[in-house]
Amino acid sequence: MRLTCPICGTRPLEEFTYRGDASVRRPPDFNPKNTGAWVDYVYMRDNPKGPHKEHWFHGGGCSSWLTVERDTVSHEVRSVKLARSARSGGR
Amino acid sequence: MQLSLSQEFSIAAESNFAYQTDSSLERAGQRQVVRAAMDYSVFNLISQGFRGHRGWPRAWRDPEPKPRYDAVIVGGGGHGLATAYYLASEHGIRNVAVLERGHIGSGNVGRNTTIVRSDYLLREELPFYEWSLKLWEGLSRELNFNVMFSQRGVLSLLHSDGDVDDAVRRGNAIQLNGSDAELFSRDKVLRMVPLLDPDNGRFPIYGGLLQKRAGTARHDAVAWGYARAADRLGVDIIQNCEVTAIRRNERGAAIGVETTRGAIAADKVGLAVAGHSSRLASMAGLKLPVESHKLQAFVTEGIKPLLDTALVFGVGHFYISQSDKGGLVFGASLDGYNSYAQRGNLAAVEDTVEAGLHLMPALKRLRLLRHWAGVMDMTMDGSPFICPTPVGGLYLNAGWNYGGFKATPASGWCFAHTIARDEPHPLARHYTLDRFARGYAVDSTGAGPQPNMH
Ligand SMILES: Cc1cc2nc3c(=O)[nH]c(=O)nc-3n(C[C@H](O)[C@H](O)[C@H](O)COP(=O)(O)OP(=O)(O)OC[C@H]3O[C@@H](n4cnc5c(N)ncnc54)[C@H](O)[C@@H]3O)c2cc1C
Ligand SMILES: [Zn+2]
Repeated sequence: MRLTCPICGTRPLEEFTYRGDASVRRPPDFNPKNTGAWVDYVYMRDNPKGPHKEHWFHGGGCSSWLTVERDTVSHEVRSVKLARSARSGGR
Repeated sequence: MQLSLSQEFSIAAESNFAYQTDSSLERAGQRQVVRAAMDYSVFNLISQGFRGHRGWPRAWRDPEPKPRYDAVIVGGGGHGLATAYYLASEHGIRNVAVLERGHIGSGNVGRNTTIVRSDYLLREELPFYEWSLKLWEGLSRELNFNVMFSQRGVLSLLHSDGDVDDAVRRGNAIQLNGSDAELFSRDKVLRMVPLLDPDNGRFPIYGGLLQKRAGTARHDAVAWGYARAADRLGVDIIQNCEVTAIRRNERGAAIGVETTRGAIAADKVGLAVAGHSSRLASMAGLKLPVESHKLQAFVTEGIKPLLDTALVFGVGHFYISQSDKGGLVFGASLDGYNSYAQRGNLAAVEDTVEAGLHLMPALKRLRLLRHWAGVMDMTMDGSPFICPTPVGGLYLNAGWNYGGFKATPASGWCFAHTIARDEPHPLARHYTLDRFARGYAVDSTGAGPQPNMH
């Protein structure tokens, strides 16, 4: 598997670090009476078999956070975007 | 280490057991073979030997699914089969089916590196794993099937003063929790494993922590042994039967499953599908604190005895043992990203081999025979689930990370209790789904909610 970083081009897997699901959203505020949204954000995952949107870090290259769309069965990479332009939530 | 051209991406089916009856080859609906009770006695072994081992009857039936069971267990891996066995043997619930989408033993129970130990750090984990080790010690006798449990010890290597301090703490915790651990000096380690590179510049050997009662077992035999013993108590083992939906009544409780072989009603549904837990849970509208990841394992060509213990090289997660056929069996870290593919990437192969050569330079001359991967539930704290779920009648056994083979007996034991009594087993009471919301994660590495770090 290789990822095509928008800045560095196609690079081997060893240069990247995986963070996880890019679709989870950090709740806007904290309500001690209702922590459910935070529990979901921190712990719960859809873990799909198929297309998955995920965050990777290009530590061995330009140090950008990337949002990657990848299939978890075929490992086909559909797109790689800079996370800040993908506005994919999380942080 | 060279990768040989004949390298296969296949499961670790080292089938040197002539009595294996591969029921996956037999199509559903085929005439059921009447089982003659035939044991693996010396007499039968010799007489079969003269007949080319062609006369063994099948070791368990191949029944058609019944329309209704008291309980169905989804997943015919080690945990599902052990659960069915203990439901029948400990709780008298015998109208039980195990539903397996492929053939039993084709999942992680047949793909793992077979290390069995109980040297866990936390109070929430050790008593459970220690009970598992005790069950292992009597398992061949209990199942009347040789699972080849070999208590050859598991030796974890230490490479710095910090490592030694940590091992002292861990060893004390293990002893306080009622299990065995022994601190080894550098000399003792080198006497036990002479092929180690002692003066390795980066990771010199400072000592080791040994658990003597730990060891290895024969993975397939564990699946076959539990299957045969459960079958003899009346459990139906139904292969080539994929569960595609969970049926629920108007109150939301589970009342059965839809499968590729038709609908099956059940009072209770237990999930034990290893890497596919999120998929099955989602059929009942549940989301789990789980990511599916894959781990690879490797075996070399068979050689004369080289290593008589199981060795853990914490640097790089590397562990190695020698199978009874002579192959060195080893593995290391996860590939690292969500995956349901039972095949691994080359970056992890390189990493693993590097770690192995660091540890024992002599491995360089060996050829790698096969390597393969298994899909596992990696959880947010590295610990499993054996618990009821918010859906009535639905029970969960999941989240085994890369440590579930050793847990097989205790996991089946506790899960059978949970299904029979509708409550967590005392030994597994920390392994519930709500522990994250309550702030009671069982995280022995302290890695936090990042599944690929556990
Ligand atoms: C490479 C590798 C090395 C490992 N090494 C060790 C080790 O040294 N020590 C240790 O303790 N643990 C180890 N493990 C972990 C251990 O193998 C697993 O935790 C354990 O086997 C999981 O439980 P199981 O045996 O029930 O899983 P499995 O054998 O995977 O059983 C689950 C079954 O569910 C079936 N299934 C899935 N979906 C469906 C469906 N929809 N319908 C019907 N059936 C379904 C699957 O086909 C599968 O057969 C290792 C794992 C891997 C991958
Ligand atoms: Zn880059």
